[in-house]
Amino acid sequence: MDFISILSIFVLACFVGYYVVWSVTPALHTPLMSVTNAISSVIVVGALIAAAAAGSASSKWLGLLAVALASVNIFGGFAVTARMLAMYKKRDR
Amino acid sequence: MCQDWRSPDGAIVHCTMDPPEAIHTQPAWVLLAYLIAGICFILALRGLSSPESSRRGNRAGMIGMAIAVMTTLVVHRPYAMLAMMRVGGPIRSLQLDILTLIEIGAAMLVGGGIGLVTARKIQMTAMPQLVAAFHSLVGMAAVLVGAAAYLNPEAFGIAVRVTPIYGPSIINIFPQSRIEMGLGVAIGAITFSGSVIAFLKLNGNMSGKPILLPLRHVINLATLAGILGLIAYFTMDQSPWVFFTVMGLSFAIGFLLIIPIGGADMPVVISMLNSYSGWAAAAMGFTLHNSAMIITGALVGSSGAILSYIMCRAMNRSFISVIAGGFGTDGAAAGGGEVIDRAFKRGSAEDAAFLMKQADQVIIVPGYGMAVSQAQHALKEMADKLKAEGVRVKYAIHPVAGRMPGHMNVLLAEANVPYDEVFELEDVNSEFAQTDVAFVIGANDVTNPAAKTDKSSPIYGMPVLDVEKARTVLFVKRSMGGVGYAGVDNELFYRDNTMMLLADAKKMVEEIVKALG
Repeated sequence: MDFISILSIFVLACFVGYYVVWSVTPALHTPLMSVTNAISSVIVVGALIAAAAAGSASSKWLGLLAVALASVNIFGGFAVTARMLAMYKKRDR
Repeated sequence: MCQDWRSPDGAIVHCTMDPPEAIHTQPAWVLLAYLIAGICFILALRGLSSPESSRRGNRAGMIGMAIAVMTTLVVHRPYAMLAMMRVGGPIRSLQLDILTLIEIGAAMLVGGGIGLVTARKIQMTAMPQLVAAFHSLVGMAAVLVGAAAYLNPEAFGIAVRVTPIYGPSIINIFPQSRIEMGLGVAIGAITFSGSVIAFLKLNGNMSGKPILLPLRHVINLATLAGILGLIAYFTMDQSPWVFFTVMGLSFAIGFLLIIPIGGADMPVVISMLNSYSGWAAAAMGFTLHNSAMIITGALVGSSGAILSYIMCRAMNRSFISVIAGGFGTDGAAAGGGEVIDRAFKRGSAEDAAFLMKQADQVIIVPGYGMAVSQAQHALKEMADKLKAEGVRVKYAIHPVAGRMPGHMNVLLAEANVPYDEVFELEDVNSEFAQTDVAFVIGANDVTNPAAKTDKSSPIYGMPVLDVEKARTVLFVKRSMGGVGYAGVDNELFYRDNTMMLLADAKKMVEEIVKALG
């Protein structure tokens, strides 16, 4: 992919983000923060590349550490969001 | 299929598997997989438009993450070169590096385990700290990935190897990648150190009072200029000192930016750091040409920015003034030295129970104090008792009640309060005039009528809940001494229709429950 296609994806995604986030109900702003936290750990992709690459031992160890940190976030972020969302209930009437 | 190839030193590399793909020439299915992951993340946020669809959305997010991780593991599987001596020269073969795969699995297992245990054990009142801690991890991961990319740029496909006629070969990182990498590391480092400070303040390890350094604006601006200048210089000189100075300065400015901000401005800070963690992921996505990272980064970045905007609007303060810091003290620790003695009405739990039992409608206004004393469960019990008496009960939430956006809603949900009894400021504010009792628990500034009338008040212009329009206001407060975080006295306390219930929020509610019988 060249720079312009990547930039296009980025700009369009910003617009999508803008409209999607405004449609989030204020009652769910805390789960919004925890789920955005979880998905921003997609940075684990970069960490995995670094951890798997041959050629530099220090780069590999940095990658492995980043994999561990991002995993805390991925599993913790989705789990805590699920736990919170399970608590939101309607009136049972 | 896979072909044998010749390594630069002339040895034949016997191919048993396809060699790793270069980042910039990824096959279409890989690009498609990352795109699908990105779409899953959009659906995860879209689901949050209502509690019913939110659980489905969260699952979409998990699926997206699984797709992204699996795709990366398949495309960038680790290889090891095996060398064997054969007749006719050395032969090497490329083999799957099982050891590295195990190491990666172990790292995910350790991290994931810590994450799951924390998610299960954390108390709902501690959510702001947890979110701050998670932000710091994203920031640190971005810094580590950036550093790894700097140390091994060929693995990331962001460099060319130049072999001059004389001397060793040089690995040249593309200038564009240097900027993206520099920005990613800088934003990641700011997110990390800023979130650590936010965590310490929210967790009470550090005073919520703003720490004001002399000349802090000059120091901050100079540091920021230094970072940007060095990133520009990095395009011409890829020496380690440039890269690591950018990293160090960014850690420093994250720290400097957050220490002057008071505890009560934390809703803005935490949203802002949320936004930064997104931009850090996006910058890394540019470096790696990865659409899943770019889409996610843009989503998270705009989400945090919008939340910061909503929080600032709810406090009637500009984003710049919050970031400049110095406003407010810690809500719990605040004690006005010179509170003038004014007459106020003090009531007991029995009085409160009697008044509420007689009412047609009661609106409960929770604030940070409710979270501090963990009164949400007792409050729900009180509401149930009142409902059994035929009283209509509603909850009114101010956007900045608590320490993070939506903090009160989560606590009420935890106490099993149905979400359709919980209303936002603009939806419920007109109802106070027809309400018999407004029950304010642990909130203060968000109910202060001075915000509407007193132009000299620091909170003038902030949208507030019109609780004073209710026939009676019951105000639960620890003591008369403390003032809200804004450090202003609340005129509401001295009104004729206000009854002060001075006690710990949870104890008071429990006593009211007892008095309701």
